Amino acid sequence: MNRFDYIRPASVAEAVAAATQPGSAYLAGGTNLVDLMKGGALRPDCLVDISRLPGLDRIEWLADGGLRIGALVRNADLAHDALVQARFPAVSEALLSGASAQLRNVATLGGNLLQQTRCPYFYDTASACNRRAPGSGCDALQGENRSHAVLGWSDHCIATHPSDLCVPLVALDAVIEVQGPQGSRGIPLETLHPLPGDTPHLETMLSPGELITAVRIPAEAIAVAGHARYLKVRERTSFAFALVSAAAGLELDGGVIRKARLALGGVAARPWRARVAEAALEGGPATAEAFARAAEAALADARPSGDNAFKIELARRILIRALQEALAGTPEQRPALPASPFAPPSGARHVA
Amino acid sequence: MSLSLSLNINGQMRAVDIDDPRITLLDLLRERLELTGAKKGCDRGQCGACTVLVDGKRINACLALAVTLDGAEITTIEGLAGEDGLHPVQAAFIHHDGFQCGFCTPGQIMSAVGLLAEGHAGDDPERVREQMSGNLCRCGAYRGITEAVLDAHRTLNATAREDAA
Ligand SMILES: Cc1cc2nc3c(=O)[nH]c(=O)nc-3n(C[C@H](O)[C@H](O)[C@H](O)COP(=O)(O)OP(=O)(O)OC[C@H]3O[C@@H](n4cnc5c(N)ncnc54)[C@H](O)[C@@H]3O)c2cc1C
Ligand code: SF4
Ligand code: FES
Ligand code: FES
Repeated sequence: MNRFDYIRPASVAEAVAAATQPGSAYLAGGTNLVDLMKGGALRPDCLVDISRLPGLDRIEWLADGGLRIGALVRNADLAHDALVQARFPAVSEALLSGASAQLRNVATLGGNLLQQTRCPYFYDTASACNRRAPGSGCDALQGENRSHAVLGWSDHCIATHPSDLCVPLVALDAVIEVQGPQGSRGIPLETLHPLPGDTPHLETMLSPGELITAVRIPAEAIAVAGHARYLKVRERTSFAFALVSAAAGLELDGGVIRKARLALGGVAARPWRARVAEAALEGGPATAEAFARAAEAALADARPSGDNAFKIELARRILIRALQEALAGTPEQRPALPASPFAPPSGARHVA
Repeated sequence: MSLSLSLNINGQMRAVDIDDPRITLLDLLRERLELTGAKKGCDRGQCGACTVLVDGKRINACLALAVTLDGAEITTIEGLAGEDGLHPVQAAFIHHDGFQCGFCTPGQIMSAVGLLAEGHAGDDPERVREQMSGNLCRCGAYRGITEAVLDAHRTLNATAREDAA
């Protein structure tokens, strides 16, 4: 790890002023940043510790029925909040399917959104990586790329965004509140992470010094609460990143889908809202055929970026499964294995 | 850069001066405070061997910079046993053979203490396994670990009932 200065500002304004200096980085829970600094992939000159900034650790219900979550709310606290679970069950399930209980106790909302890709070449400073070192090349293109992107990638970078939480959040039209040297603004989460194009090093739409202060979920999104799931396929049952994941929420009127909310994780450099698939479903019946057509539409533009053609079919299937589970209804009790497609019906055991 | 921290470690207030903000809580405990119970497995948040409680919550000490924890209350495996002997989770690990080589054990036990305080697993072995997934065991003692956690859950519940009566 490189040497760095450490400061702990007392207010958001002080934090923004400090982080606007080149070479500075915000430190929240540190579970991603410290990891990356240990390997030398990131080498900030100054850490601006925001973990104790006042007022950013609240979960608030707004007058219009929407939710506002402070950027410093810990992943575990958000996941276990009873009202969040009741109104945004897929958010809770996605959080609980991510990382481990220890990490969720520390990881913050803002840090989760801004965590780096898990592309191994990004972590390895001996490898070429356009995202870490612009113009150096991309060792993933000819390397181990089984888990890389199948949507929205370019020849400059085929990395995926690893967050579970972001997947239901984009499906629910979440908006980020940021505070920067120029004042505050809102950004739809869907546009926070640009696709790589030929500038994969431009990882977010945030300007230098901009601080995420909160995430808002609009009240309309509560309408899918009764029919919402998050499903995640990983290499092992728990404590692993998604190979492919899907969030599905349905608003039903009899057997007809009034509104569908769909997003995929692990397939692109951003949490992937599947709007074409939503449009294909809305106004029609909630049938197996409709779900299959929607999954086709969602992956119509998918292409393997390497040894990962299997992820395209896997994504179709996990989307269909998430839709089936959403149609069946949000489980009353949270499944013992959150988001696991292998979780047996309630009562039965995964391991005898 | 010299930084003065005040930490409550296993019930004892300690004033700690550190000269470098790079020091993790794990290195502080092991290298400077002679508390070597928390183990360094991966040093990257992936194995749970370094699990300790900070303000009552289980965390990975290897990813926490010590300097961020000024004023915190830290419990390590060394601080778990009370005057009347082992903590119920420690006793249950022995009773159920929740280990072989023992390297992962301090982390497993601290994680189990955190899990029982969180109270989301109940007496469901599936939930216990899921919520202990941040602790790897290369010896594969998982069966005994799960049984130990369930047993400690029963013991602590019974004690809580007696205390209430
Ligand atoms: C072993 C392991 C397994 C994991 N598994 C999963 C998983 O399965 N699913 C998953 O989704 N995640 C997983 N994670 C990632 C974990 O969720 C993230 O590390 C965590 O959410 C980051 O939050 P943090 O507060 O610790 O962020 P930090 O590490 O403090 O920060 C991360 C980044 O965000 C920036 N930042 C933080 N807060 C703000 C803010 N408010 N405004 C502006 N910038 C900010 C920092 O500058 C830094 O660049 C795993 C991590 C580990 C170590
Ligand atoms: S895929 Fe992206 S992150 Fe991975 S090596 Fe290539 S440029 Fe870097
Ligand atoms: S040493 Fe901390 S998780 Fe492995
Ligand atoms: S007992 Fe040996 S690693 Fe768990």
